[in-house]
Amino acid sequence: MPNVDLRSPGAWRELPPDAVQRFDAELGPILKRYPEDRKASAMIPALRMGEHIFGWLSPPVLALAADRLGVSPTRAEEVATFYVMFRNQPTGRHLVELCTNVSCCLSGADRIFEALKRKLGVENGGTTADGRLTLREVECLGACGTAPAMLVDDEMEERLTLAKVEKIVGDLK
Amino acid sequence: VSDTLILTKRWGEKGGHTLAAYRAAGGYSALHKALSMAPSAIVEEVKASNLRGRGGAGFATGLKWTFLPKDIRPRYLTVNADESEPGTFKDRYIIEFEPHMLLEGIAITCLANDIHLAYVYIRGEFAKQARALEAAIAEAYAAGLLGPRLAGKEGFALDVHVHRGAGAYICGEESALLESLEGKKGYPRLKPPFPAVVGLWGKPTIINNVETLANVPWIVEHGGAAFAALGTGKSGGTRLFCVSGHVNRPGVYEKPVHYNLKKLIMEDCGGMVGGRKPKAVIPGGSSAPVLTGDEIDVSLEFDALKAAGTMAGSGGVIVFDESACMVRALWRIARFYAEESCGQCTPCREGTPWMEGVLEKLEAGHGVPGDVDRLMQMANSIGGQTICALGDAAAMPVQSFVKKFKAEFERHVTERRCPFGDAAWGKTQESRDAVIGGVRA
Repeated sequence: MPNVDLRSPGAWRELPPDAVQRFDAELGPILKRYPEDRKASAMIPALRMGEHIFGWLSPPVLALAADRLGVSPTRAEEVATFYVMFRNQPTGRHLVELCTNVSCCLSGADRIFEALKRKLGVENGGTTADGRLTLREVECLGACGTAPAMLVDDEMEERLTLAKVEKIVGDLK
Repeated sequence: VSDTLILTKRWGEKGGHTLAAYRAAGGYSALHKALSMAPSAIVEEVKASNLRGRGGAGFATGLKWTFLPKDIRPRYLTVNADESEPGTFKDRYIIEFEPHMLLEGIAITCLANDIHLAYVYIRGEFAKQARALEAAIAEAYAAGLLGPRLAGKEGFALDVHVHRGAGAYICGEESALLESLEGKKGYPRLKPPFPAVVGLWGKPTIINNVETLANVPWIVEHGGAAFAALGTGKSGGTRLFCVSGHVNRPGVYEKPVHYNLKKLIMEDCGGMVGGRKPKAVIPGGSSAPVLTGDEIDVSLEFDALKAAGTMAGSGGVIVFDESACMVRALWRIARFYAEESCGQCTPCREGTPWMEGVLEKLEAGHGVPGDVDRLMQMANSIGGQTICALGDAAAMPVQSFVKKFKAEFERHVTERRCPFGDAAWGKTQESRDAVIGGVRA
């Protein structure tokens, strides 16, 4: 990730002001959960919010979160790139994340994943040509009893079959 | 063997997660009882209960609480709801079905240990459960159970907040969890000092798993001795066992802590898919050393499984039948640890992708003589050489799979292919009936 912009803590000023205002308004109640002098603890929630409002964690968005939490933009980047759920580049309109860990594969997840890649014409991590969705393989989602499981835009779908997955994915606009 | 149910009794009940339903079932009476007890008496009950941590390490809960230094304030409670060990899926259902049981456990724990601020660190993938818990917390505040006066107790404030992670297995490790809660990447800390002495924001912190704390109200209500009597030896109570893989009815089963593994699989879970034989069973989440199908007639209790050369871990039981390839399974497990290694310690950061690579090569039929031994050497030089237990967790499956299924690994080399071919995951059956605490999932 090119981080030239990151070195400028003021980079957030180039973001649309109304969106920044929304970010600040939503961050307020979150900050109340942490002691006054421990604002930096809100880094994960702040980045998640930034992602929802701005689509992905571009350098100005990282700078915005860092500015509001009183840390350097590098610290925001460090967190954004450590946790796999954060989008450090633009993705499709929807994010489909299929678990292929052991229990899911014992229930057919690898076959579903292969079929899905072929059908959508993408590789792991790829986005469909029309920008509709990004497909990604993920690690254990904690749904092994109701495997296979996947996340569609953060919401969990369980007890999957290929037919069920094709229906869910087909319905995404 | 007792059939007492502590945690799952009301699972699946419509509307059972609400405060009204929990109260109607006698909920929060343990908190009121605790309010009339001396804090030290609560700790004594938990010590007497032989409750051991349900997150993986199985450490005595009451004893852990006594490690807090006497004279340092504030103290914090952090609830570990990061549930990420492959094969484990129990805490999420406690939060969905019994969020107030967890909150009552949190409240009693804070009362017993003079704690006024608690965080529930929940894994990022559990969006629904995080919302469910936040709703339950809001109910508890509105009813005056939480907030400036804990259940009406003058001068005892308690705030409980949900902190949602963003996808990192390592944050289930207690010190990485604290780093993450402080807004940093999840790098485990060097121990000692342990979190009970230097924890969140440098202050003494108790970290307990969701299931562990959900047991606390029952212990206070019925007494530590009654809880201890449900188990055996130094392990009390019931435990949630999560069974997945090639069984007819995967799911969460609440059984006494010393329940028999074979009975759990062959009877409670309805036996194996297609009536095939169990080939391998991982008894405590993917980090636990594997048992062969012949070794499963054992107690699931912590010390019993330790004696059997494995561990009870998080209670995640993964079952493979005879049609599954052990090299393929281990390769997938190795990939998980390579993906999740945080990168802080060299043996783990460099070693886990190496092991994954060798296993990929073996499974593809490109292995050469000596590869299996090299794999073992690598595992042996990661285990015990890292700051946290992820290094051991990555090494133990490799060591045990190779030791117990060595012939199968060698066959991949001599035959230059996977003997199971495309069917290496065995005869999988998509979407079976799952049972969650006695009800259909």
